[in-house]
Amino acid sequence: MNGTPEHEGMTLVVRSTARLITGFIAVFGVYVALTGHVSPGGGFAGGVILAAAAVLVVLAFGRRAASALVTERTCHTWDAAGAMGFLVVAVLGYFVGGFFVNFLPVGRLHELVSGGMIPLANLAILVKVGAGLAGAFLALAAWRRLGPAAGRTEV
Amino acid sequence: MGIELFIVALLGFMLLASLIAVEAKDLLSAVISVGAAGFALSVIDLLLGAPDLAITQVVVEVIALVLLVRVVLRRDDTSVTEPRDALRTATALLAGGIILAVTFFAIGGMGAVRGERTPGTIPAFGEPKFVQADAEPRPVSADYVAKAAEETGAANAVMAVLLDYRAYDTLGEATVIFVSVLGAYVILRRVGRRKSEAKEDEA
Repeated sequence: MNGTPEHEGMTLVVRSTARLITGFIAVFGVYVALTGHVSPGGGFAGGVILAAAAVLVVLAFGRRAASALVTERTCHTWDAAGAMGFLVVAVLGYFVGGFFVNFLPVGRLHELVSGGMIPLANLAILVKVGAGLAGAFLALAAWRRLGPAAGRTEV
Repeated sequence: MGIELFIVALLGFMLLASLIAVEAKDLLSAVISVGAAGFALSVIDLLLGAPDLAITQVVVEVIALVLLVRVVLRRDDTSVTEPRDALRTATALLAGGIILAVTFFAIGGMGAVRGERTPGTIPAFGEPKFVQADAEPRPVSADYVAKAAEETGAANAVMAVLLDYRAYDTLGEATVIFVSVLGAYVILRRVGRRKSEAKEDEA
């Protein structure tokens, strides 16, 4: 129809930069989530950083090229998996007492494996928030054009 | 006092940015003003000693800004329609009245005028926030800070509260995100929309 064509990625400069730093952004997101119990951060912040990496890929390479890495289907799956994982962590507490009871040994302070179930819960929230926000971005900005001619392209 | 002055200045900046965001004719300018207000808030978080919150605020602000700019740039029409003047004045008066009433009761109503402290109202700046509703206010946050490391093994007390003491609240929060993302999918999905629009085009 009229207006802007389907977004097909940005210039070579943006693509090269994105190719270089996307991995670092994603790894930093996972790091922020996994060390949430020993330093500032946590699953939510890490998940948003992970989603930002996905957004960068989609914006830089265009939706079609990025679909090898991020599709709405993978986002749905991992979103649901993260939510279920968080619930599983909560329900596992029943083995020692009740809902959300810390069922793992506490461990030594300032070590990566400490805090009982907190790292597991952070991991689940990381997956949930990362996939959820990436999916929401795909839905809002990349699935179709907004505005007067919304939904009428590519018919 | 120095930090508080800085915070007040940042709050003023946020107010200004919000006003510009509301009043701007151009949608892109409004979006950028909202982003400026958000980044000022993250600086305030840092000054108040809340790095967890500051990190989250910065990353959410970045992704929200990217998303909003992207959506705005894809729209053909970036101008906003002006509501009528009478409606504007009425809305502004109503909002001002609600703000005054909420502030009055939050700081303790008539008790604050007489100089008494009412339990369950806003504590003084910098005081612990978890105060029980009993007649004798006992800060729970002192217990959290004292026992978090020993009881949960998490060096970051914020995470100890979020995912151990108050994990149930976090579950509710995660549910809210899940449902809102689900809502975005349902509203913006392509399959159902195409069919209904095809019908509209035929009619």
